[in-house]
Amino acid sequence: MSAILPPAERLWWKQPIAGQEWAWIGIAFVWAMIMFVMMVYWHINGKQNLSNEVYKTTTEMFTAKTEAFVKENTIRTETDQKIPVVKPNAKGEAFLLARLWSWYPILELEAGKTYKIHLSAVDYNHGFSLQPTNINIQVIPGYEHVVKMTPTKAGTYAIVCNEYCGIGHHTMLGRIYVK
Amino acid sequence: MATTYRTCPRTGLQFDLDADKLMRWNAVAGVLWLLVGGITALLVILTRWPAIKLLPADQFYLILTAHGIDMLILWIIFFEMAVLYFASSTLLRCRIATPWLGWVQFWLMVVGGIMTNVAIFQGESSVMFTSYVPMQAAPHFYLGIILFAVGALIGSGVFFGTLVVAKREKTYTGSLPLVTFGALTAAIIAVFTIASGAAILIPTFFWSMGWIKEIDAQLYRMVWWALGHSSQQINVAAHVSIWYLVAAVAFGAKPLSEKVSRFAFLLYILFLQLASAHHLLSDPGMSAEWKVLNTSYFMYFAVLASMIHGFTVPGAIEAAQRKKGFNNGLFEWLRKAPWGNPMFSGMFISLVGFGFIGGISGVVLGTEQINMLMHNTFYVPGHFHATVVVGTTLAFMSITYLLVPTLFKREMIFPKLCQIQPYLYGLSMIVLSLVMMGAGTLGVSRRHWDMAFSGAPFQYEWPGAAYLMMGLTGIFGVIAVIGGGLWILLVVGSLLFGKKLDGGPTSDKTVPIPDQSAAAAASGTGSAEHTNVPGTVVLAITLLVCFVLYYFVNWKYLSEVWGLS
Repeated sequence: MSAILPPAERLWWKQPIAGQEWAWIGIAFVWAMIMFVMMVYWHINGKQNLSNEVYKTTTEMFTAKTEAFVKENTIRTETDQKIPVVKPNAKGEAFLLARLWSWYPILELEAGKTYKIHLSAVDYNHGFSLQPTNINIQVIPGYEHVVKMTPTKAGTYAIVCNEYCGIGHHTMLGRIYVK
Repeated sequence: MATTYRTCPRTGLQFDLDADKLMRWNAVAGVLWLLVGGITALLVILTRWPAIKLLPADQFYLILTAHGIDMLILWIIFFEMAVLYFASSTLLRCRIATPWLGWVQFWLMVVGGIMTNVAIFQGESSVMFTSYVPMQAAPHFYLGIILFAVGALIGSGVFFGTLVVAKREKTYTGSLPLVTFGALTAAIIAVFTIASGAAILIPTFFWSMGWIKEIDAQLYRMVWWALGHSSQQINVAAHVSIWYLVAAVAFGAKPLSEKVSRFAFLLYILFLQLASAHHLLSDPGMSAEWKVLNTSYFMYFAVLASMIHGFTVPGAIEAAQRKKGFNNGLFEWLRKAPWGNPMFSGMFISLVGFGFIGGISGVVLGTEQINMLMHNTFYVPGHFHATVVVGTTLAFMSITYLLVPTLFKREMIFPKLCQIQPYLYGLSMIVLSLVMMGAGTLGVSRRHWDMAFSGAPFQYEWPGAAYLMMGLTGIFGVIAVIGGGLWILLVVGSLLFGKKLDGGPTSDKTVPIPDQSAAAAASGTGSAEHTNVPGTVVLAITLLVCFVLYYFVNWKYLSEVWGLS
């Protein structure tokens, strides 16, 4: 019946799809699959994957753990505010606490060694942005995220807070030394 | 209840006078919010420009919150309401269902929008567009958004109702026109979006009132993004529909294949809202499997849909142009396109900018591991200024050059300036997006008042290139604001002072579509006859090559950072 109707009124779902269009759909689909495989491949062979080790925590619990870690491993203090510089012990466990508006404490790490860094926030959301190497991780209150990090190069690194956390957000700068 | 229709003598489009008025009021409300959003944009830009740093920190965060809400929600959704009414009542040539509910939609959105803005400007709600808990805003900040969302939900209901009316009263034959089909996907996604918004903002409102003790910060982020990202998918569906509309009106273009284009819209419904997960790739609370599944399986099917539209829209234009005889070489069809018509130039810049800049950056940003290079950096707003501003806002601006004469019955003033506006705005916004992404690649944070960290216990000096990028952000941001301001001036100026045009004959019954009119092109269905589209193939392959190169360059960057496991 469609033959008696003008082309515009033919049933659109019976019209064939042009070869070029099919080809593009095929290419786009294959590309999507490659992108999928890349993520899985990186989990197997890549060296930069975000850890899945997470625990529920509370402000009190995480603060207490961090204080214990600082008390045990502080090697010196810096600046007028006497911020402790902490060198994790041989097991490489370290705690880093985000709060309004500081990263606590300063960590001193060694290049090439792998550390388990426990990250959490005790008030608002914060953003762990390690510069200049540029690693960015969301830090959420109530969640203790254990991230394994292996510094590659010696130097002084800054931790910028890159999740908005109020009026003092721009002063929230932390530090990691890598020897 | 009598309905009066008016048939525009220039386009053949037929307007139910009730719908006509609703569209005009919604569009004007959208433009006014764009004005507020534009002023706040200027203040944000001038503060982040390191050489100027205009506002103090508290005002900066207040203004940035207002900029996000007023642009991403108020301007765009008001305009989308007009688009929904246009795509249903006007394109299907039928009366609008329950116009009184349309007014409920309008006034709820007006009241909600003002309420939220009052909360922001009172200064107690500088929580950003995302309002992550446990940072708390004033209760009326949340309540305003909730009222606004209820309004938008009612508007979607009126749209669905109008489709039913058209079907029942047989005002069209066969299938919905493609543009209406696209608008339908937008409305369906809107319902999902608003349901997610209700699921998170209502408890958050209760929490701000003290009725609920605590909201889990990770849960909030997950549910909020089902609102936050999906609302941008409404925009994608809406602006892709407008691309097809402009192609139909400017060229009489038909999609290469209705089947393919409709299927691509369907993919948006099935997968786009789940892509919201890509906001959580650097969060602690989700497993890697969850992240990979949601970014790949779900997001890439939506990406596939956008890649299909990115091929079929220019393909439709090419097919139509080649049929008219522009057959020389690969690109005569494009060279001889009406580049002086702002409706077309705006739409085409929107298409290219969205695909090349917004699309590619979005997928790279949405790759599970690569996200760690960019999460919460200035790259993110760089990306979404290419999608939401170059893509959506510019598409909405371009269709306005059609709507002012046909809907508002006014001639555009200063036609030369109208011709320039899409280039000024679109191109500066594309450069702005690129330099923002450049700064983000160097690590510069988004939502950050002072890249010099004044008052911090230590110092960190960004690379000089980062300052350069931020300076360029300032310059191109100001140019973009001028381009956007010019559009507002031209539109408002035309509504007030443009030459009045004949509204066309009225009738109390729907009239048949005049042949060979814009209305016939926009309301028709059917695919183009199969013309080969070699020019579009070349454009698409170029996109793919850029995409692949940029994607793997970022894996290379990632491989150079500290080991993480």
